[in-house]
Amino acid sequence: MNRVVITGMGIYSCLGTNTEEVKNALYNGKSGIGIDPVRMDMGFRSALTGILPKPNLKKMLKRRMRVGMGQESEYAYMATTEALKMAGIDDDYLDSNIIGLLYGNDSTAKSVIEGIDRLREVKDTTLLGSGNIFKSMNSTITMNLSTIFRLKGINFTISAACASGSHSIGMGYMLIKQGLQNMVVCGGAQEVNPNGMGSFDGLGAFSVKMDEPAKASKPFDANRDGLVPSGGGATVILESYDSAIARGANILGEIIGYGFSSNGQHISQPSVEGPARSLQMALDLAKINPAEVDYINAHATSTPLGDKHEAMAISSIFGGDNCPWVSSTKSMTGHECWMAGASEVVYSLLMMQNSFVAPNINLTEIAEEAKPLKLAKSTIDQNIDTFLSNSFGFGGTNSSLIIRKTN
Amino acid sequence: MIREKIIETINAFLIDEFEVEPEDIILEDNIHETLDLDSLDYVDLVVVIQNNFGFKLTAEDFQGVDTFEDFYNMVEKHLHKFTQENAKLN
Repeated sequence: MNRVVITGMGIYSCLGTNTEEVKNALYNGKSGIGIDPVRMDMGFRSALTGILPKPNLKKMLKRRMRVGMGQESEYAYMATTEALKMAGIDDDYLDSNIIGLLYGNDSTAKSVIEGIDRLREVKDTTLLGSGNIFKSMNSTITMNLSTIFRLKGINFTISAACASGSHSIGMGYMLIKQGLQNMVVCGGAQEVNPNGMGSFDGLGAFSVKMDEPAKASKPFDANRDGLVPSGGGATVILESYDSAIARGANILGEIIGYGFSSNGQHISQPSVEGPARSLQMALDLAKINPAEVDYINAHATSTPLGDKHEAMAISSIFGGDNCPWVSSTKSMTGHECWMAGASEVVYSLLMMQNSFVAPNINLTEIAEEAKPLKLAKSTIDQNIDTFLSNSFGFGGTNSSLIIRKTN
Repeated sequence: MIREKIIETINAFLIDEFEVEPEDIILEDNIHETLDLDSLDYVDLVVVIQNNFGFKLTAEDFQGVDTFEDFYNMVEKHLHKFTQENAKLN
């Protein structure tokens, strides 16, 4: 079995458009949340959202490569470009090696709706243009990135709701561990627009604390009232340890555990048992004790039920005197949905690289069920050798990744 | 629409949408090679022509079109036909 390491990472999020900006935002507890007024006109309960710029790809990619890219592919491209560069992967390496691609995505709502709106207007399918089909399919990111970067290994999209990004890393880890791939580009991306979020808003899942957007996302706080939708793109380059050493690559961390489970219960309501099984499986695979984990990046989205159940699941395994630091970076980013499992690995890697625990901002009154957790209310300057990242999604899909420093 | 205006309109969308450099638009040069067109790009050419001139081309209309001049001629011919048909209807 191969050891699996991470040799590159890239991020494009509401906290910044590269790892340096995002690292600073995480350390300083900066929120990326704002208001999108269009949502109120459309009948949303909440106009809160992560705010991030549109990437300008015109100077980076030829027209043919751009026309099939929707918002999520653009974010994924930006993150992947940074990750490949950090990993030292150049054009020659791309052309002479078999590199895989597994990316998390679970919607292309903007592209689908814009295409159908146009079709209703012009009543002629040709006039949708050549790019609409490639923008509209759920595998849009992997079809675009594999083409742009000329990737020749495994190539498909993983759709697992808000655990998509995390499972993509877990699956890449399994393939490399088993020797089926030597390097896999993994990640997750999430479109940021009203189209993708209307019916989610309609479930009453979003925070409506619009008077102070930066304070709206309050994971584990007693007065939390819902999540804030957000998005962007996050990429990590997974590689066998032997390959990384042979290339002289800088190793950012080693994946030592991947746990997964399905609740087998309600489509949207969380459970304690499902996430607890995922956590325990990751620990078992990593062959470590809970006390060896220095930091948990919680899935906690700031919904009343979700945070409660995750706190209980974490407590059931990590509770007591040896509880590691816990924070939800969603307090700053909002819920990056299909991207979250990948972006939160990037956030945690940045913390591990720079020896700090990012704060769970907006935590003023800790919810009763979260009191057994060692929550980081402010930035903690501390070495992290091993961290765990949780991601859970609709349908009860759970994923837990454990990553540690390599010596 | 006079020919100069047709050419000006075509060149504008070729520069804007197909990202060809203005100095690369040469009357006798091969339009397919200059624009590096693949099969999907012809769909987008149909779209920009529809958006700019109001009529729809088919794949067959591109047969025999090699140079930029051929392309201008083909669009001009279809535009006149389209204009005449519209005039009859009105």
